Amino acid sequence: MDTKTLASGFEVKAADNETGYRSYKAGSFSFSRDGYFAYIDHPNGRHIMSIDAFLRALMRDVAWGFFYGTVNFDSVFGTTNYYGEVEMFAGLYNDAYTKAGRDYVERFKSEDLMKIFREMISDWTVDGYDPFAAPMETGSAWGPKAGNNDEAVERKRVTAKRMVGLPGDTPVRTDANGYSVNRMFADVDQSEPEVHAEPGFEAEVSAFNLFAYLSRSDVTWNPSVSSVVKASLFCPTSEEYILPIEHGNDRCEWFLQMSDEITWQIKDGKTGKPRAQVICRPGDICCMPADIRHQGYSPKRSMLLVWENASPEIPDLIREGKAPVVSVKV
Amino acid sequence: MTTVTQLGSLKDYRPGGVQVIDDDPRNYVFSNIFDVANRSAPYERVAVGKNFEYLIECLRAEGTSDWYACAHDEFAVCMDGLVRVELLKLDDPDDAVDPGSTGGHKLSGAPKGKPMGWSKIKRGHMALLPVGSAYRFVADSPACMIIQTIQGPETIERWADICQTESL
Repeated sequence: MDTKTLASGFEVKAADNETGYRSYKAGSFSFSRDGYFAYIDHPNGRHIMSIDAFLRALMRDVAWGFFYGTVNFDSVFGTTNYYGEVEMFAGLYNDAYTKAGRDYVERFKSEDLMKIFREMISDWTVDGYDPFAAPMETGSAWGPKAGNNDEAVERKRVTAKRMVGLPGDTPVRTDANGYSVNRMFADVDQSEPEVHAEPGFEAEVSAFNLFAYLSRSDVTWNPSVSSVVKASLFCPTSEEYILPIEHGNDRCEWFLQMSDEITWQIKDGKTGKPRAQVICRPGDICCMPADIRHQGYSPKRSMLLVWENASPEIPDLIREGKAPVVSVKV
Repeated sequence: MTTVTQLGSLKDYRPGGVQVIDDDPRNYVFSNIFDVANRSAPYERVAVGKNFEYLIECLRAEGTSDWYACAHDEFAVCMDGLVRVELLKLDDPDDAVDPGSTGGHKLSGAPKGKPMGWSKIKRGHMALLPVGSAYRFVADSPACMIIQTIQGPETIERWADICQTESL
């Protein structure tokens, strides 16, 4: 199929008599699940994933609106964002699949595919399982259909317009508004900055405890915007266990490790061949090049500052091949 | 289970790094802000992150800084120590700094304006450095900050000196 032609043919099928789960169709891709696995059928084959890993990846793809670049659910299946349109693929960025001619890709209008993905995450997430949570903090994804957890899967990504804590902006997190300190950040200082504003300047003389804010995050691997300088977004996040996707960059992306340690496994964006391992400890800052995919491993819950450039001009620069692969020539 | 959150400081940091399989470590522009601050003069604005025109600058805060102004918001995050952030509403912001410019501009002498107030930020705290104001920092003992900003006249780029160039 010509990948520039937009695929159609979306279908939500009736719930299975045995498992209770619905199956889905988007273009030539079909999705079904049973107690343990997600099955992705396409004209060039069938792909299988553990359902918990599939749901954690699907959750990020949904919550991030297909994100920047490629969201690899694993080494075979994923989506690539073309900002308004999205490609769904199997094996497209896997050297063995492409050499064997087993890869398959279709392009969709983003909102059409997102609608199916939203319905799928809602139906396939059972009561007690939270795909945003660390594995030690959630129930099981296994088994036949048993309720849902729409409260968890419909969380909105927190995005400050200017800075967390300013009047009319995203509030700081407190026990009172439902954000308790995470068990792994019990030792994080919760004191707020001392702030003295002269009359009339209360809205501008402002500071907040970012580490305390992060220590109260109820999700993992889900960056939220804390401060904005034009298109420069500070997107700090708390991380535990494994980033549920291999994020394939289409632009450079920066990480500043604020606490604890994350090991990033780096692979080539197109072929999936290993390129490097990056170990980040407190104070370390590094840039992911635009031609790689990365996946982080965080043994203890950690604080990571993800720094994004959300300039609307970047998609055009990427299309024209003018976006730099490496941010800085060292 | 009791866990201990590992945080870095100017006196206690242990950088990781890039372990290459088939790559060049320089592609990752890897540095450590505490290391950079330890090797910087007070209030040098050293770029540690760059994404097109946008920057993360690293500052060693020590003593009292000059006054700065900027034609857009900036944000300071204290990563170690204690820093007092003083703000002044400029009588004529456009006279202090070109409204079309970017980045923090050092002002000559004391700016004219009205005191807005101050905050004291310590490790993990973020403060707004609002457009239209002048700001300065005061730190009784060495501290480390990062600034979310855009490239400006005070930005110092010395990537080859601060970044990892050899594989672990």
